[in-house]
Amino acid sequence: MINQLSWKVGGQQGEGIESTGEIFSIALNRLGYYLYGYRHFSSRIKGGHTNNKIRVSTSQIRSISDDLDILVAFDQETIDLNYKELHDKGIMIADAKFDPKQPEDTNAVLFAVPFTEIATELGTSLMKNMVAVGATCAVLNLDIKVFEEVVQEIFGRKGQQVVDKNMEAIQAGFDFMKEKLSDNVELMELEKADGMKRLFMIGNDAIALGALAGGCRFMAAYPITPASEIMEYLIKKLPGLGGSVIQTEDEIAAVTMAIGANYAGVRSLTASAGPGLSLKMEAIGLSGITETPLVIVDTQRGGPSTGLPTKQEQSDLMAMIYGTHGEIPKIVLAPSTVQEAFYDTAEAFNLAEEYQCPVIILSDLQLSLGKQTVEPLDFSKVEIRRGKLVTEELPEIENKGYFKRFEVTEDGVSPRVIPGMKNGIHHVTGVEHDETGKPSESAANRNAQMDKRFRKVENIKFNTPVHKNAPHEEADLLIVGFNSTRGVIEEAMGRIEQDGIKVNHAQVRLIHPFPTDELLPLVKTAKKIAVVENNATGQLANIMKMNVGHAEKVYKLLKYDGNPFLPHEIHTKCKELF
Amino acid sequence: MATFKEFRNNVKPNWCPGCGDFSVQAAIQRAAANVGLEPENLAIVSGIGCSGRISGYINSYGFHGIHGRSLPIAQGVKMANRDLTVIASGGDGDGFAIGMGHTIHAIRRNVNITYIVMDNQIYGLTKGQTSPRSAAGFKTKSTPQGSIEQAISPMEMALTAGATFVAQSFSTDLKDLTALIEAGIKHDGFSLINVFSPCVTYNKVNTYDWFKENLTKLSDVEGYDPSSRELAMQTLMKHSGLVTGLIYQDTERKSYQELLSGYSETPLSQADLELDQAHFDKLAAEFM
Repeated sequence: MINQLSWKVGGQQGEGIESTGEIFSIALNRLGYYLYGYRHFSSRIKGGHTNNKIRVSTSQIRSISDDLDILVAFDQETIDLNYKELHDKGIMIADAKFDPKQPEDTNAVLFAVPFTEIATELGTSLMKNMVAVGATCAVLNLDIKVFEEVVQEIFGRKGQQVVDKNMEAIQAGFDFMKEKLSDNVELMELEKADGMKRLFMIGNDAIALGALAGGCRFMAAYPITPASEIMEYLIKKLPGLGGSVIQTEDEIAAVTMAIGANYAGVRSLTASAGPGLSLKMEAIGLSGITETPLVIVDTQRGGPSTGLPTKQEQSDLMAMIYGTHGEIPKIVLAPSTVQEAFYDTAEAFNLAEEYQCPVIILSDLQLSLGKQTVEPLDFSKVEIRRGKLVTEELPEIENKGYFKRFEVTEDGVSPRVIPGMKNGIHHVTGVEHDETGKPSESAANRNAQMDKRFRKVENIKFNTPVHKNAPHEEADLLIVGFNSTRGVIEEAMGRIEQDGIKVNHAQVRLIHPFPTDELLPLVKTAKKIAVVENNATGQLANIMKMNVGHAEKVYKLLKYDGNPFLPHEIHTKCKELF
Repeated sequence: MATFKEFRNNVKPNWCPGCGDFSVQAAIQRAAANVGLEPENLAIVSGIGCSGRISGYINSYGFHGIHGRSLPIAQGVKMANRDLTVIASGGDGDGFAIGMGHTIHAIRRNVNITYIVMDNQIYGLTKGQTSPRSAAGFKTKSTPQGSIEQAISPMEMALTAGATFVAQSFSTDLKDLTALIEAGIKHDGFSLINVFSPCVTYNKVNTYDWFKENLTKLSDVEGYDPSSRELAMQTLMKHSGLVTGLIYQDTERKSYQELLSGYSETPLSQADLELDQAHFDKLAAEFM
């Protein structure tokens, strides 16, 4: 019996690789296993190698595994590109149709199963992925009944016959493979899971659901990888709440439309990836100087320019903090799990209204697209706070005076009225302005307004600015990361500890304003600090050095080849520091 | 009911004496009063340039954004509160150069707002460079040999983009301009009003006298019918775009908000932000 399994299915894009992984995962998730999926895909619709690596475990996992137990291949390229990940007792299950060749330098065994032929005999070659799922079940000694429910849900609307045929295909794959498995092949039987019902979702789902829960009722966005799922989810759900999503002509329209809607009192969102964020920068500055709430999601991907559009990277950090010209107060959040992505997105709308400034939710491709098992989300933790939004009637202002929308206050936050309110008329402009919004170039006013705006974010209240797992009062090593690296760091931590190195872990969730006070004690009590990030220049490490100091202890642990870190990479590199 | 005087505020415009934009300001104030608006129910969104300052010169909610982006901001405002009357405004550089993408798409999207372009065929605030509305051969600081680019024909362009309300006016025709803005506000959909608003400082070609000499009023064109797109196109071409009046109106096509499925009948800004637990549980269950 094993308590975790790593399974990968690969082939040409557009061949149903996605659905093969999906059916397999949903069924296992419902049995109570923890799943973690990562897709390797290209920026094209059909053709090009794609694969879906899925890890199954009886306990929570948030990282890709180092190696592979089973590789399901729909073409030779899948074998050639991936067989090295298989361990010695690994198994390849390949479609007999392409006459698969066993690579020489591996002990993993290849089984040719006529996926396409069996499927065609049963009615259509489209069912070849079902045959592959069945063949996998034989290796896992898993009763194919677990797929009945999922197959019914997916194909039920096409009629019972289609459902039956797909189940037959799974059975046929199972039977064929079972017969082929000889006595000297070890079955990979998983320990029984707890049967608990948990969510199975990608980070983008959680961001979109968090937006809904957080009162977002309008979104303006332009399609881009890996952010589009947020828009696609909200397009389905917002009309049910009276709201809407507009797919705009470009990224600038998306952000400025969201600014317009926020200004007029609706919690509004825009989401994009690096290229889109670059285009939105001027408007983010507008949100800053006009103190208009704005929530923006940046799902980071490989940059610069078009870069590696379908690959993992965390290189937008500096741009998100400092990207706009001029200086504005801004909040940058970086959830490190799918759960946090949900809660932080909901909270971002509160922060945007309370501090009347742009809030950027930083994600990365691995967090945004990695489909995984998620513990139930606690909706009671979500609250709606609208800051100094004026809702009561306002007194008349004499002589057509304007409402002091930008009143200089002690905490820097001014009362905010939205258009339509009687006696609340004021002007809003991206030009430096006085307390009523009228343009002003006076030096005294400039200082007063700049200082007021920055005062707002001096004491940001955010529940968990740093996720800490610090078992040691004095640590040999402090590992610091942000966004999706949380899972891989957690996994590596255990291994490093086994080497006798005392490790603490801090995952920074509030990137800006930087939580120096939260991090400093951990930094001071660590001999060395490894900052793990998917970029080439060590952006988080540099920000840490700038804010927290102790530069001599900081080591950059970087990866920017487009792929997420693997646990053994962190383990090895951390060990090398000692 | 508010009179046009109530749409005046106590800010003195920084436009040059004689600037065409003064009349546009007055026409908006009159039209707003004529259609029965209260100042708090009007939101004016403007771009950057001399004309962009207009949102600060009218006693209403005003949002002075960034260069070329008045239209998406204005559409966002309208989506948030369908009960507001929203006017987007700016110059020809704002709407037909840096913001041209938004102009075309706002036209085809047909959100129920009014867009007033103050068209002076030059960049005034930056002290005299060529605009996309400058005629070929037009000499400016940026085209010392005369412009070698073709001028944009915004009215023809709007018609081909699927506009439902296209009008053009001349800033001295205060009465006509006011009537057109009123009609634009009342139109259920996107209304584009291009106003020839001479720059007295930097444009020595397209002057008040030049327009008086070259403009044709559509009311003087025999048999003109603004419900015919074909006739509108023919007439514009015949007069090189130099016509004033209501050029085209499609009263059949519904606005974006009318066509939008599920969109709140009441202002979205008043929507309840809380979901109930049962609703949330249902949403979460879809991921199981």
